[in-house]
Amino acid sequence: MNEFALQCPAPAAPDRVQLAHGGGGRLTAQLIERVFLPAFANPALRVLHDGAVLETPGARLAFTTDSFVVSPLEFPGGNIGHLAVCGTVNDLAMCGARPLWLSAGFILEEGLPFDVLERVVASMRDAAREAGVAIVTGDTKVVDHGKGDGMFINTAGIGTVVAPTAISPRAVQEGDVVLVSGDLGCHGIAVLSVREGLEFEAPVESDVAPLWPAVEALLGAGVEIHCLRDLTRGGLATALNEIATASGLGITIEESAVPHAPSVRAACELLGLDPLYLANEGRFAAFLPECDLERALATLRACAVSQGAVAIGRVSGASARVDLRTVIGSLRVLDLLSGEQLPRIC
Amino acid sequence: MKFVDEYRDAHGVAELSGEIRALVTRPWKLMEICGGQTHNLLRYGIPELLPPEISLIHGPGCPVCVTAPELIGKAVEIARRPEVIFASFGDMLRVPGPLGSLLAAKAEGADVRIVYSPLDAVNLAHRHPRREVVFFGVGFETTAPATAMAVWQAEREGLANFSLLAAHVLVPPALEAILGSPRRAVDGILAAGHVCAVMGFGEYEGLAARHRTPIVVTGFEPIDLLEGIRLLVAQLEQGRAEVENSYSRAVHRDGNLEAQRMLHEVFTAGPREWRGIGSISDSGLHLRARYQEFDAERRFPLPAVAHAPTDLGCLAGEILQGIRKPRECPLFGQGCTPDAPIGAPMVSSEGACAAYFRYDRRSV
Repeated sequence: MNEFALQCPAPAAPDRVQLAHGGGGRLTAQLIERVFLPAFANPALRVLHDGAVLETPGARLAFTTDSFVVSPLEFPGGNIGHLAVCGTVNDLAMCGARPLWLSAGFILEEGLPFDVLERVVASMRDAAREAGVAIVTGDTKVVDHGKGDGMFINTAGIGTVVAPTAISPRAVQEGDVVLVSGDLGCHGIAVLSVREGLEFEAPVESDVAPLWPAVEALLGAGVEIHCLRDLTRGGLATALNEIATASGLGITIEESAVPHAPSVRAACELLGLDPLYLANEGRFAAFLPECDLERALATLRACAVSQGAVAIGRVSGASARVDLRTVIGSLRVLDLLSGEQLPRIC
Repeated sequence: MKFVDEYRDAHGVAELSGEIRALVTRPWKLMEICGGQTHNLLRYGIPELLPPEISLIHGPGCPVCVTAPELIGKAVEIARRPEVIFASFGDMLRVPGPLGSLLAAKAEGADVRIVYSPLDAVNLAHRHPRREVVFFGVGFETTAPATAMAVWQAEREGLANFSLLAAHVLVPPALEAILGSPRRAVDGILAAGHVCAVMGFGEYEGLAARHRTPIVVTGFEPIDLLEGIRLLVAQLEQGRAEVENSYSRAVHRDGNLEAQRMLHEVFTAGPREWRGIGSISDSGLHLRARYQEFDAERRFPLPAVAHAPTDLGCLAGEILQGIRKPRECPLFGQGCTPDAPIGAPMVSSEGACAAYFRYDRRSV
C-alpha cells in the first residue's frame, strides 16, 4: 500500500531499527519473535526467561548475558560498572541460581578518560565481591572517537541452580500472590535526571544492587518460589505482562499497594511519566503460593536489598492479561508500552 | 503526595459518583476537550463509575493528534537537513506523517532531540552556534506562551540560529466548530483547566450563550473530573447553559495576563489544518510580522509534501467531533493500533482511540 495514500499516513512496520526496539516493550518483543527466535530456535531459548537453565551431567547451570549502554556512564547511586555486574548477577538470581562466574567485554571509545574507566572497573570489583562472583574472563576493543558512547560493557554469567523446583513463568499458578522487593522507579528517574539535566530538590539515587542475597534468603527459608523477575527496562508493568503472556494467566495488582518513593512520584507527575514502566536495577517481583506470603515478606524484609518488600496483587483467571485496580477502586488494563516512554505535552 | 492524593481519594470519588447518579434523569453526552483529561478518565476507569445515562465524548484536545500530516512532513524534511538540530516535545516524535515519524528520521541519522521546554531549545541554539536549532511548537494555549517566550528571548538576544515550526492551536475556534456543526452530538462541555489557567474563561461565556451549551472549567484528577461532570449534569438537568469554574484552585476568570501578553506579543491567530477535521479559521497561532525571521517555514522553504487523503474506513474525524466512539470504528484494534496508527486519535497516548486501546480493552 502506498503510504502517501493513507488518510493519516502511518508506516506499517518500521524498516529500520529504532530505539524502542531496545526499550523492553512491544517492539522488543516483536523483534525477538521476528528475527531472533526463528534463527536461533531451541528449547532453552524458547522459555524466554532472564537466563537459560541448562542440564549438564551433575549440575543444573543457569547462563545469561546482558549488554550495558547507559548514558551518562555515571549517575546518582551508581555507574555502568555496577549495572554490568548487578544486571547479569540478577538475571541468574531470577533463575534461582547462585551466581558463580562472570565474563566482561569492554567496548571503549577512543578518548575515554582513564579515571572514568578506573572508577567503573572499581565499581565492578566491589559489586562482584558483594554478589559473591568472580570475573574470570574478558575482552577489550577500542572503537574510533564518535563511534561509541564512551563505553559499552557486555557481561555474561554462569550460576548453579539451587532452587528445588523450576522457577519460570510456566510455574505460576492461579491464586499465587505477587510481591515486589521494594519501592520502584528510582533507577529510571536517577538516570533520567542526569541525562536530561533535570534537577530535583531531593536527588533520586539508583537502586542498583545484587539481588542474589534476597533470593538466597527466600530459598533458605523454604519459600516455594514459582517465578521471579527483575524489574529492569520497561519496569513492573512490562515484567508482569511478559509473565501473564508466558503463563497464560491473568494478574491483578492494586495500584495503591505498589510502593514508590515520594520523589519518584513527584518526578513522574511533573514529567507525565507512569512509574509502573520505569526501570529498576535492584528490584524484583516474586510469584508464590499465598500460604508462603508472610514467611516470604518477613525473610525479604530482613535483607538490606529487599527491606521494602510488599504484596501488590495476585494471579487469577486465564485471561493472560494484567489488570490494575486503580487508587479510586476502578479496574483497567495495564498494557505493554508502545515504544519508549516519552514525556507528555500536557 | 500533597495536592495530588486528596484529589484521588476513593471515598470522595464514590460520594461524587453517587451524587451524579442521584441528579441524572435523562441521557446526556458530555465532551472533554483535553487529551490529558481523556487520558486520566480512562486511566482511572471513571466511565464505569458513571450512570449509564452519561456518555463521555472525547474531543479534539490532543495537540499531538490533531497536528496536520503535512506539517509533520515539513518537520521531518527540516530535521533531515544536516545543519539542523530539531527540538521537540517527546510525544510528538512518534506521530506518523507522510515521510514517516521524527523518531524514524532520528533512526536514519537526523539530529532530533527531546526538550521539556521551548527555552531548552533556545539554550541548544546558544550551545551550538554553528547549527540551526528548530523548535517544533506544538500544543494549545498551555504550551504556546512558553514558545512565545522562547521566540521573544531569541529576538532580544539576536539569536540567529534559532527558529520555530509553529503548530500551536487554539481551543475556542475548535469548540465553535464542534458546537456549530449541523451534526453536533454534544450536550455539555468540560473545558480544560490548564488552558483556562492561562487564558481565563471569559471567551467561553459567548460560546455557552450562543450555542446554549453549559461549559464547566474542569481539572485533571479523578475528583476534579467527577466534580466537573456533576456540575455539568446539574446545569443540563436544570436547563441552564452557563460557564462555571470547578477548578478554582488553579483558574481565575481572567487567567494569566502576563502569559497572554507574551502570546499576543509574538503570535497572531490564523487558519490551521486539524488532522481528522480539516481547516478551522483563526484556530492556529502564527508568528507576527516582527518575528517572521524566526519562522522555520520561511527559513527552510520546502515544497508542499504530497498528501492525498483517501478513505480507509477510519472514523477519526467523527470521533474527534464526538459523533462516534472509538470502538465504533471498524479499524479500532484491528488495522489501527498505537504501534501502527491509522487515525489521529490513535497516535498519541492522549488520543481517544489510544486511551481506549491502552486502558479499556477488556471487551475487545
